Amino acid sequence: MERELRLMKGNEAVAEAAIRAGADGYFGYPITPQSEILEYLMEARPYQTTGMVVLQAESEIAAINMVYGGAACGKRVMTTSSSPGISLKQEGITYIAGAELPCLIVNVVRGGPGLGTIQPAQSDYFQAVKGGGHGDYHLIVLAPASVQEMADFVGLGFDLAFRYRNPVMILSDGAIGQMMEKVYLSPQKERSKKVPEWATTGKPPTRERNIITSLDLDPKAQEVFNQKLIAKYDEIREKEVRYEEFQCQDAEYLLVAYGTSARVCQKAVQLARVEGLRVGLLRPITLFPFPTARIRELAGQVKGMMSVEMSAGQMVEDVMLAANGKVPVVHFGRMGGIVTTPDEVVENLKLKIMKV
Amino acid sequence: MTEEIIIAGFGGQGVLSMGKIMAYSGVMEDMEVSWMPSYGPEMRGGTANVIVILSSERISSPIIRSFDTAIILNQQSLDKFEGSVKPGGILIYDGNGITRHPERSDITVYRVDATEEAVRMKSPKTFNMIVLGGFLKVKPVIRLENVIKGLKKSLPERYHNLIPVNEEALARGMEIIREK
Repeated sequence: MERELRLMKGNEAVAEAAIRAGADGYFGYPITPQSEILEYLMEARPYQTTGMVVLQAESEIAAINMVYGGAACGKRVMTTSSSPGISLKQEGITYIAGAELPCLIVNVVRGGPGLGTIQPAQSDYFQAVKGGGHGDYHLIVLAPASVQEMADFVGLGFDLAFRYRNPVMILSDGAIGQMMEKVYLSPQKERSKKVPEWATTGKPPTRERNIITSLDLDPKAQEVFNQKLIAKYDEIREKEVRYEEFQCQDAEYLLVAYGTSARVCQKAVQLARVEGLRVGLLRPITLFPFPTARIRELAGQVKGMMSVEMSAGQMVEDVMLAANGKVPVVHFGRMGGIVTTPDEVVENLKLKIMKV
Repeated sequence: MTEEIIIAGFGGQGVLSMGKIMAYSGVMEDMEVSWMPSYGPEMRGGTANVIVILSSERISSPIIRSFDTAIILNQQSLDKFEGSVKPGGILIYDGNGITRHPERSDITVYRVDATEEAVRMKSPKTFNMIVLGGFLKVKPVIRLENVIKGLKKSLPERYHNLIPVNEEALARGMEIIREK
């Protein structure tokens, strides 16, 4: 079907894509740099067209617990925030993961720690990928690198969330949220009328009650549940790894970067190639599951790897685990809301890996 | 072809909307475009800027620190961005309120006195279109017909009656821009 071309901010694209993906509810609380999502939805009033609920909650904590409630009823529900707000949501997120419920969470990351800055950063990688809340759980984490992917990953995120009954996070940043680019929007999808068999929407006489909880006081039963989660995460690792390669076939050096940094690195690869340096880029699209196997394979081909992130070095640990000591792996990144330049990337690649 | 532009001035001068019209015009020209505004403390302090990239290729970073073209609409922005123009690049500025003029000799400097001209035309709001006209004269990266289409796309329909006066402003800008 014909896709509609628009020029939109990443944040607006998330909002419009949510309506078009047939979302049932959005619960949010404003914070820079992602307030346009809530503003756009309030102006679009999808509750008058598709019936999608849009609600500004009294706090981030309220918003994530509204998501918990909506998800327990089998609805396609979501929330969005930026770093400090996502920290507030962590209790709700681990409960949702523990209750095995689907939902979509968008983090338009700004620099931290604390209130930090409102400018773009990628310093929430650990929080998104390694837990964030307590307990052994994983989110499925999608990392968009364009306004187009901001839109596309909303529908994809809901689909993955329901396929695995697991919360999905879109890990974006202030640059992608605030910038406008061309975006092709998918046609309007109807809101699903299907009620999942696990949803707590009232007990019919034909089955036992459905119970949604993240609590089990029996250690044996809880361990069985933990093992079930691990099996699910293993299945996700096996089936859902997504990444993009740029000039890796003959690469001697590999850049690994996601989101905004990946765009910078793509230019860096071009600059390096002009100088005759054989550099390639691997862009993880899913951060959990991480493209470990492919990076391990490339570790047999290249002489060194550099993880480029707008952080003090977080994803670099996963790149190191993947490379498993075969080749040197270093990190380069700017912090505090500063986006690195392609020249800086090439310069640091030479300095830190090529030792020239 | 890639053209990396910064537009900087006071909030309310139409900096962001000029960038938006450029970006929409680029879409009409079938280019790749990105539009990255300053947000937060800068805007709250009264100055606004936007980076617009027009390209025939996929755009890498939307946030860059050196530019082919700087369009400068106040003194603060001139002080901040004069040094960010690539050697051989261009700087376009409105002389209104400027006490320290551009000094670099390795770039081409143009002056377009759009504030004055907009007052003369009795339509101060078309100020940014006069500037845009000036830019298009010295850097014809987008065809005028596509700029008009971009204007239509970026203006809400209730303002479409203002398109002729904006067209006139674009033409005026093309006439009055002067190399320094």
